[in-house]
Parts: sequence; structure tokens; C-alpha cells
Amino acid sequence: MGGLSGFFENFGDNLDELGSRMPSILDGIWVTVQLTVLGALCAMLIALVFGLLQTVKFAVLRVIARIFVEFFRGTSLLVQLFWLFYVLPLLGWELHPLFCGVLALALNYGAYGAEVVRGSIGSVPTGQYEAISALSLSPVRGMFRIIIPQAWALMIPSLSNLLIQLLKGTAIVNLISLADLYFQIGQMRAVTGTWFAFLFGLLAYFVIAWICVVGMNALEIRAKHRIGRGPSLMESMSTLLRSPGSKVGSEVT
Amino acid sequence: MSAWSWEHAARSLPLLLDGFKITLLATVLGTLIAVVLGLIVAIARRGLPPLFGYPLTGLVEFIRMTPLVVQLVFANLVLSAHFDTLTIGIWVLGVHYMTYMAEVYRAGIDSVPQGQWEAATALSLPQSRTWRSVIIPQAIRNTLPALGNYAISMFKETPFLSFIFIGEMVRQAVSYGGNTFRYTEPLTMAGLIFLAASYPTSVLIRKLEKKLA
Repeated sequence: MGGLSGFFENFGDNLDELGSRMPSILDGIWVTVQLTVLGALCAMLIALVFGLLQTVKFAVLRVIARIFVEFFRGTSLLVQLFWLFYVLPLLGWELHPLFCGVLALALNYGAYGAEVVRGSIGSVPTGQYEAISALSLSPVRGMFRIIIPQAWALMIPSLSNLLIQLLKGTAIVNLISLADLYFQIGQMRAVTGTWFAFLFGLLAYFVIAWICVVGMNALEIRAKHRIGRGPSLMESMSTLLRSPGSKVGSEVT
Repeated sequence: MSAWSWEHAARSLPLLLDGFKITLLATVLGTLIAVVLGLIVAIARRGLPPLFGYPLTGLVEFIRMTPLVVQLVFANLVLSAHFDTLTIGIWVLGVHYMTYMAEVYRAGIDSVPQGQWEAATALSLPQSRTWRSVIIPQAIRNTLPALGNYAISMFKETPFLSFIFIGEMVRQAVSYGGNTFRYTEPLTMAGLIFLAASYPTSVLIRKLEKKLA
């Protein structure tokens, strides 16, 4: 087992061990991927609803959306997860752990996402809004056909950062008895030692994160192309591998 | 058993506040590490030749895109024989957020107009003086709100320290719950304390942002 030297000495044995454990590691990766994908989809829904609600005319709706966003941004992911897992059953609501995990991730990152949605809708130039009335489109139609497609292209880089944060956030779910990738790393560590298990685990997370980044870059290129502000996906293979930090939004907290 | 008991709320509060001290300490020291290391890394990435620059960029990306929790446990397992756990936890927090702050600084440095660099060359300022007196003062001004936001973000991720058995606030809340089967009061109050501390700070930062813009 011993330390970093053991990492090199037992590398061959450890690879064999890794091979024989692959089924359970893949199970762990599957749990992590489920949490990430389901969490991200629900978070996006929450982000759209509460982001858009903050732009409507009725002050009451705006205030409710604002309170929701500040509440779930402010109370820390781990507290929310524990609350869903420990407190809700005491109040008579027992949730499946996977559902708990997805819900906590969705509420927390959805609240951050709502800020991104609000910010990017706000930064679509006012001329576009004027054009909607000039063409006498209805406000709803204008929103969905003119404003949102442009805002969507603007918000993807920040959403990409949030997606990576959500993926990283999934690593806490072993606290609520889910056997995710991180849990399987801990299991493997008992045999292979710390260095091998954790370096493999970090690398696995890194690869999943890059797959997410490439997917989001593809979405961004497509969104820009569709509003006539960039080359098509086929013409821009090099930007596809760009890191997610290329645009830093201060709204990502 | 009623849903909320003020008695349990009162009894768990001192424990939570004890934990909160550690939470604050970790946030302040972690932010300090991240702010300083982030600037060093951002400058190094610009100044170093590609031979060193690319590996540094790769390492920063790797730390940024892997879970803080896994890094914490890994570092603790490897280093706990030599350092105490809280020190390890604070450094891992700092180094993790350093990768975000380096990006913020980079954006700030990129936003300094090219003419400033040219002017420094024209005045034949040495490299170190150019950074110190021309570029950094201009670059840092606009980065303050983003740095502040990441500090709040770190504050809200300090509960992850409980993975390496540091008694911060959420760990205290859960252990109180484990001993008494009353999770409602300590966890709810822990959440509200986070909200009470982070919301006013984020409002201040938004004001700063408007002022600087």
C-alpha cells in the first residue's frame, strides 16, 4: 500500500484490480452520471422558470422568484441535501436517496442558473425589444422567438461552468447512502492504496467533466450559428475543445 | 413529537456557533490563499514559456474540474501524517478556489488595453515594474466583485470540510441530530446562518459591481 512509492511498485497489480472492479466502478459512474444529467435537466427547468419570473411585470411574482433564488443560493448545498434526507422523513416525507440527491442539486444549481438566465435576458440589446413592438409581435411570441434564442447563446458559457460545478457537487451523495463514483473509489482504495485509487478517481471525474464541456461548447456554437453570429458546428471543431473558463461571468457564484 | 422544538434549537445553537468559528476561519484563510496564489498563477501563465506554461495550465484545469470533496479526502489521506487536518483542509480549499480566481485575474489582465503594455515598453520599464505599477493596478479593480463572489462560494462549500472530520457547522448540526434524533432544528438553523451571512455580503458585492461598472 505504502505511499507514492507503492503507486509505482504495484502499478501492474493495481491495474488488474481496477480491471476486475470495472463493473462496480461503472455502476458508480452510472449513479454519478444519472445525478448529473437528471440534476442538470431539473436545474435548467428551475433556472428558466425562476429566471423568467424575475423579468415579468407583476411585482409579486418577481419578489417570490427573488426570494426562492436567494434562499437556495444562500443556504449551502450540503445543508439542503441533509435537510431533504434527514428532516423531511421526520415531517412524514420519505424520499428515495437518488431523488433527494437530484432534488438538492437541482434546487441549488437551479437557483444559480436562474441568475444566469435573468442576467442574459437583461443583456439582450433594447433594440431587439423595440423591434418586437415595431413588428407588432405579441410579447410572448417575441420572448420565445427573438429574445430567448439570443439570450440562450449568451448564457451557455456560464451554464457550462455551473454544469461542471454540479458534477463536482454530486461527489457528496455517498453521505446519503448512494454508491456513486466517489464511493467506489473509497472501496477500491482499501486494496490498491490511496494514490492509485484517488488518481484514477480524479481522472475519471476529469474525463466526465470534459465530455460535459465539449457538449456545452457544441451547444454554444450551434446556438450562435442559429442566430447568425458564428460558423456552423462543422466549421468550428477547434473551439469545441476550449476550456469552460474562456468567459468568466461574475454571476457565477 | 412536535415538528419544531425551541428547546432543541436553543441547545444546539452553541454547538453551531462553535462550528461557525471554524467555518469563518477556513473561509478567511482559504480566500487569502486563493487570492494570492491565483494572482501568481495568472501572471505565471502569461509570463512562462510554453514548456512550463502548458503543464501549469493543465494542472489548474485538472484541479478546477475535479470535485473538491475528493481532493480534500485525497490530500488528507496523503498528508495527515505531516500536517493537522484543519491546515490541510484550508489549503485544499484555497488551492481549489485559486483555480477559479486565476481565471478571474486572467480576464482582468486581458482587459488592460494593449497600449498600456506598449507604453511600458516605450518607457523601458523593467518587466517586474510593468506588472507591479501598470498592469496589476488596472487589472485588479474590475476583478473585485468576481473575487468576492468566489469567496462567498467558498464560504458555502466549507461544509465539505466535514468529509475530513473537521467540526465545522454542518458537521456539528448532523452530530447533534445523530445524538438526539432532532435533525430539524440544528440543520434548519445551520442553513439560516449560512443565508444570514452570505446574503448581505452578496448584496454588498452587487453594489460594488455597480459602482465599478
